[in-house]
Amino acid sequence: MGSDIEAAFEDGPALVPYVVAGDPDLDATKEYVEALARGGADVIELGLPFSEPIADGPTIQNAIRRALDAGTTPRNYLEFVAELDVDVPIVCMTYYNLIYQFGEEEGVEPFVEAGAEAGLSGLIVPDLPVEESDPLREACDEHGLDLVFIVAPTTTDERLDRITSQASGFVYVQARLGTTGAQADVSEATHESLARLADSTVPKAVGFGVSEREHAREIVGAGADGVVAGSVFVDIIAEGESVADRLEAKARELKAGALEGTDQKVPEPERT
Amino acid sequence: MSRTGDSKFGDYGGQYVPEVLMPAIEELTDAYVRYVLDNEDGFMDEFRERLRDFGGRPTPLQRADALSDRYDREVYLKREDLVHGGAHKLNNALGQVLLAKYMGKERIVAETGAGQHGTATAMACAHLGIDCEIYMGRTDINRQRPNVFRMRIHDAEVNPVDVGSGTLKEAINETMRDWATNVEDTHYVIGSVVGPHPFPKMVRDFQAVISEEAREQIREKAGRLPDSVVACAGGGSNTMGAFHEFVGDEDVSLVAVEAGGSGLTIDEDAGLAPHSASLSSGEEGVLHGARTKLLQNRDGQILESHSVSAGLDYSGVGPELAYLADEGRVTPANVGDDAALEAFHRLSKLEGIIPALESSHALAYLEKVADDGASTGDAPSATSEVAEDLGDLVIVNVSGRGDKDLDTVIEESEKRDIDAAPAMEVFENGQ
Repeated sequence: MGSDIEAAFEDGPALVPYVVAGDPDLDATKEYVEALARGGADVIELGLPFSEPIADGPTIQNAIRRALDAGTTPRNYLEFVAELDVDVPIVCMTYYNLIYQFGEEEGVEPFVEAGAEAGLSGLIVPDLPVEESDPLREACDEHGLDLVFIVAPTTTDERLDRITSQASGFVYVQARLGTTGAQADVSEATHESLARLADSTVPKAVGFGVSEREHAREIVGAGADGVVAGSVFVDIIAEGESVADRLEAKARELKAGALEGTDQKVPEPERT
Repeated sequence: MSRTGDSKFGDYGGQYVPEVLMPAIEELTDAYVRYVLDNEDGFMDEFRERLRDFGGRPTPLQRADALSDRYDREVYLKREDLVHGGAHKLNNALGQVLLAKYMGKERIVAETGAGQHGTATAMACAHLGIDCEIYMGRTDINRQRPNVFRMRIHDAEVNPVDVGSGTLKEAINETMRDWATNVEDTHYVIGSVVGPHPFPKMVRDFQAVISEEAREQIREKAGRLPDSVVACAGGGSNTMGAFHEFVGDEDVSLVAVEAGGSGLTIDEDAGLAPHSASLSSGEEGVLHGARTKLLQNRDGQILESHSVSAGLDYSGVGPELAYLADEGRVTPANVGDDAALEAFHRLSKLEGIIPALESSHALAYLEKVADDGASTGDAPSATSEVAEDLGDLVIVNVSGRGDKDLDTVIEESEKRDIDAAPAMEVFENGQ
């Protein structure tokens, strides 16, 4: 499809950081997004906060709560995106109900249209499996947005085919069961999922638990085209000290790990 | 495609869950078709036998003499308060825990609002020998303590949920997260006709025993079908259970009574609805795996609901009910907290039955219809458009018993100056 997201994966392993828009307010988010871009982010996932984030763990739930308390809405989110001046594709991560409710009448088209106008490059909707995605897929195709799908460790081969045939931009490989949140190790499931996706033509980025240079190296070494990291950045925001500098440094660290991983890339993991 | 391949009721229903859960949902759909619909390995026979011997079914359909006099029509009560555990919730919990065993699952998680579903699940798990963990909002833990103890006594873990308003919605979110983490060996026993397909259909099928029995019993006792069936609706499991076998009987009115709380207006800025009437006043949206009617603001953020009754305090409703309401087959209605408290005391005094606060909403609707009937000739009240004529023969589903609610009822009745409430203060702290 040659979208700007896929282009971002072309020159070596991509770093895809996630932060929640409006945490703690939209002015701060602007500063944070710029810091992440300086640190080497290739695509930025910008969370649009929803009141019932069932796919997220405590770190991101709390960030979403802060963003909602700060008055973040789908409309001021899109205005914010339109005013952003970074040379990195922005992907909106949110839940289906916010997309569905955006227009005067229920339906996904108005949000996708407004998102494309604001300059979004794609959408990730964690509570929208491929079975329910036709209307959003069609609207995204019409307005030139990528629709990113998640592959989980539980995903069967049959579902994998269904997902990869629908995905664009990149495939988000969920590294382990459960919800988002920083972890100490990269799970065995990551290697397995990447092996199963070896033939996919869409770039593969691994997320859920990525927080250290070593993780990024291992993930890219295992065959991923990119690394998604969220809770580690959201933790820095929650701590509230020298946030922009620390976000930039953490992005630089993860990007360096990803680049190291390229050197050790193995063609096939040692699994049957 | 199997006959349940369709996950929708009109536009409602569907499967809006994270990918990590989809394989488990496909596995569950397969198990639902094989065991529940096709009775493979005699699953349904075993379920029915356990409902009888462990659960105490069938429950009676009792003529309420005092209520019949008061409302000048035949009022029958379907006594789900007499099911083992004190509520209809066992019908579904036993079915799902047994199904999980047939599927080879090792662990059960469940959410609970009033604690009746948690208690029923904990009981079924103890009965069938499987590990059980329950999520319950902090607010609900505080107002339903007896049920918390009962769950613990049955050896279930009870995990308090502190986020948001600490009620059912938050407990469901947290249980979904647990399920997403432990999906390989764990089954999530959803407590109502909500959530992703196949839950709304499967829970309805397990609860349909209520209307199967009631339909037969009313024919025996009254010689004909009822003019109407009235049940309270939060998520809607007792509602769908009480309605299901009557849906095809077009002459039988089906009235779903929701919690009107302290009023039907909402405060969008505060993100609060002072009621739980999503069927009466909600807008279509997607929550907890299904497209249905929800209490939400203009942006699609879900509102915190309110009801004096913990079991009705939920911002959504089952997708099949949303569909049947749109089709005009089910009439949504609502009564407020005060009316429910009045009805609680009325049934306790007049019939010797202490109903759950949830069921009290259904009972309060009889009074509302009677009041509206009495005011004929006056300008129609704001509520009269939903108070339809119930006819001469009415079944009210008493979904559960009110022992769990006594603390709330005594405190709230005093605070609100409920007429029918007995004076209790002289007995408090009484040494």
